[in-house]
Amino acid sequence: MNEERKLIVSSSPHIRTPRGTQQIMLDVIIALMPALVAAVIFFGIKPLIVTAVSVVSCVVFEIGYRKLLKKNASYMDLSAVVTGILLAYCLPYTFPWWAVIIGAFFSIVLVKQLFGGIGKNIWNPALAGRAFLLISYAVRMTTWAPARFQHIDAATSATPLASLHAGQLVPGGMNALWDMLIGNIGGCIGEVSALALLIGGAWLVYRKVISLRIPVFYVGTVAMLTLIFSRGNNHIMWMLQNVLSGGLLLGAIFMATDYCTSPVTPKGQIIFGVGCGLLTVLIRYFGGYPEGVSFAILIMNCCTWLIDQHTAPRRFGVVKGKKKEGAKE
Amino acid sequence: MLFKSHGGVHPNDKKAPANEAEITTIPQPPQVVIPMSQHIGAPCTPLVAVGDEVKLGQKIGEAKAPVSAPIHASVSGKVVAIAPHLNNLGNMVTSVVIENDFKDTPAETMVPAPAEDLESPEKIAEIVREAGIVGMGGATFPTAFKITSGWGKVDTVIINGAECEPYITSDHRTMLEHPEELLKGIQLLMKACKVDKAYFGIELNKKFALDLLNFKGAKEMGIEIVPLKCQYPQGAEKTLIKTITGREVPPGGLPSNVGCSVFNTFTAYSVYRACYEGWPAIERVVTVSGSAIAEPKNVKVRVGTSMQWVFEQTGGFAKEPWKIIMGGPMMGMAQYDLEVPCGKGTASLLAFSDDEDKTVADPVCIRCGQCIDGCPMNLQPIYMYMYQQKGDVEMLQKLNIMDCVECGSCSYICPGRLHLTHAFKTGKAMVQAHQAALKAKEEAEKAKAAEAAEKKEDK
Repeated sequence: MNEERKLIVSSSPHIRTPRGTQQIMLDVIIALMPALVAAVIFFGIKPLIVTAVSVVSCVVFEIGYRKLLKKNASYMDLSAVVTGILLAYCLPYTFPWWAVIIGAFFSIVLVKQLFGGIGKNIWNPALAGRAFLLISYAVRMTTWAPARFQHIDAATSATPLASLHAGQLVPGGMNALWDMLIGNIGGCIGEVSALALLIGGAWLVYRKVISLRIPVFYVGTVAMLTLIFSRGNNHIMWMLQNVLSGGLLLGAIFMATDYCTSPVTPKGQIIFGVGCGLLTVLIRYFGGYPEGVSFAILIMNCCTWLIDQHTAPRRFGVVKGKKKEGAKE
Repeated sequence: MLFKSHGGVHPNDKKAPANEAEITTIPQPPQVVIPMSQHIGAPCTPLVAVGDEVKLGQKIGEAKAPVSAPIHASVSGKVVAIAPHLNNLGNMVTSVVIENDFKDTPAETMVPAPAEDLESPEKIAEIVREAGIVGMGGATFPTAFKITSGWGKVDTVIINGAECEPYITSDHRTMLEHPEELLKGIQLLMKACKVDKAYFGIELNKKFALDLLNFKGAKEMGIEIVPLKCQYPQGAEKTLIKTITGREVPPGGLPSNVGCSVFNTFTAYSVYRACYEGWPAIERVVTVSGSAIAEPKNVKVRVGTSMQWVFEQTGGFAKEPWKIIMGGPMMGMAQYDLEVPCGKGTASLLAFSDDEDKTVADPVCIRCGQCIDGCPMNLQPIYMYMYQQKGDVEMLQKLNIMDCVECGSCSYICPGRLHLTHAFKTGKAMVQAHQAALKAKEEAEKAKAAEAAEKKEDK
């Protein structure tokens, strides 16, 4: 060597995609914003406060845990922010702030970090946090205040889901459906506006953060099942109300597609979506809770590893049917 | 999308700066270092001694093995040393050092082949072998052996003009500047392989080249120009065969298993030069590019020219280089010594400044699954990586790690910045070592059993 020059020698490839984990998480955060805007429009400023408390406490717990245990600085990846937003989204906006902090602790420390942090947890942290809060504060978690422009009087402001769980269509025909689409209904912060969630989902697909497999098969399964086994005389309306109500779209677009807790193989993702849909409908129809999305996804989360093991992509060069062994192994 | 077929990533091709740069000649170096092994297969033994005068194109190294390619002098001059020298793979290889007399006195062998020879497949294969032509895309598999071993099996010749690696434009420029020669070279390859149909796969980012080759009468020659979607690794042999013919090379198999023979664009051009001009493989068009390069260029480089010389003669570095790569950014080899000579398969020299650095202190997998979507071989890099880190050789075999073509797509796309390809290279070596150990054990046991049986008989 004729010059003093420090050159890096490493294995190929020598270029990397500009998009790292942080950029992906940022895209998810952007995709979640329309739902927050809708929540503010229909519920006022309170949802914003709940979300802020949730995000801040998630981030604090994440950084605190990793610093305390002297682990690497993976908290820079913004994933705790995503968890915080999602946790807040599946709470009613009337939920007390101190309980939000407890939920955040459960999500981040118990569900995520104790399993090794990002990429290693088995259950979706936000959903597990919600499930924990639902069991711990059952009444607070199922008390819904109405949306601002809701026509019905406050005393009967049940969520559409409660009415569906009782086996009755939400009255009001197309008007009710329109309210469900834009979010003019009672419910959790992030789940009310189907439209806002769909906009966010479109962003994620456009940015290739998620593939359509899980959401389409999830929602598709729910739609099929509710159409076939519809209650009431308007089958289509029953199906549409089931799809648009509750946390289905929030779950299908943002929770079931969580990288870490869903299968990585294409075939596995389809099975996962169908399984989530099946369980959601079963819980909604026969379960004690009106909503089945969170438990459906949490149960399917447990099967992720198993599904992955049995859905390996077809080996290149081996045609189905005539299994020929390679020329040399 | 929902049912998107597997494989492929889409890196920014970064070809724009070099695409417009005509192929130019750089001054010859005062000295060339020619490694005696520039191909897959048996290394050559030098045919010359220190002090010998050599002529341009004179054969200076040869091996008798069928899988090999002779080596020729790339300049005329005097042999000053025959000694081990660092090559692009980081090995010390016996190399012939020739001091250039700048006369380019051609050897007697550098004459066009007689026209009647170009009608016989055997004769063409012989010329190709004598010219030392190897796979010029970087794989450096001896072309003549590929031709002769495919006889009777191969019904389709595929020319690889995908040039799917970012930055590289040397094949593109060759298509634009030597279309007729290239087509003639492909015709010779078709003749040599005893087939009358060839496909020339070219990525759509070379639209002008596509049109030009069609305009020059590719169709009439039996060569179908196939436009390919821009996607890495479109030019990987197995992927290219699949895209063009729909056939899938079986695991561990060769293209000839499915009746295909794949040649690089520059290989076809080299065949033309060998047959019609008598030039052996002593010159390669090299793209010099990258973020640390002042002005990206395509230059003709004689085999054995040091990287240092090429960089100096093409305007040098604009920024301090952080990484120097021989070959493409996806599969090329990082170099630490600029004295390493360019070889027959050097399609590009890239110099990156450290703004290309994307490594992180703690790579973490977030299970996004993009490596699975990107793998052209339908593998599961995420799980292969896990078992490689644990050293579980049996699971690695179960996951078909040996099918990995090391294209780098998984590492490229990984948002967690895991060193996937690197892990699989070591993983493959682990599997090979494990298999060798098993085989040795088996043989030892067999020998023992035989010995025991012999003893019994003695009794």
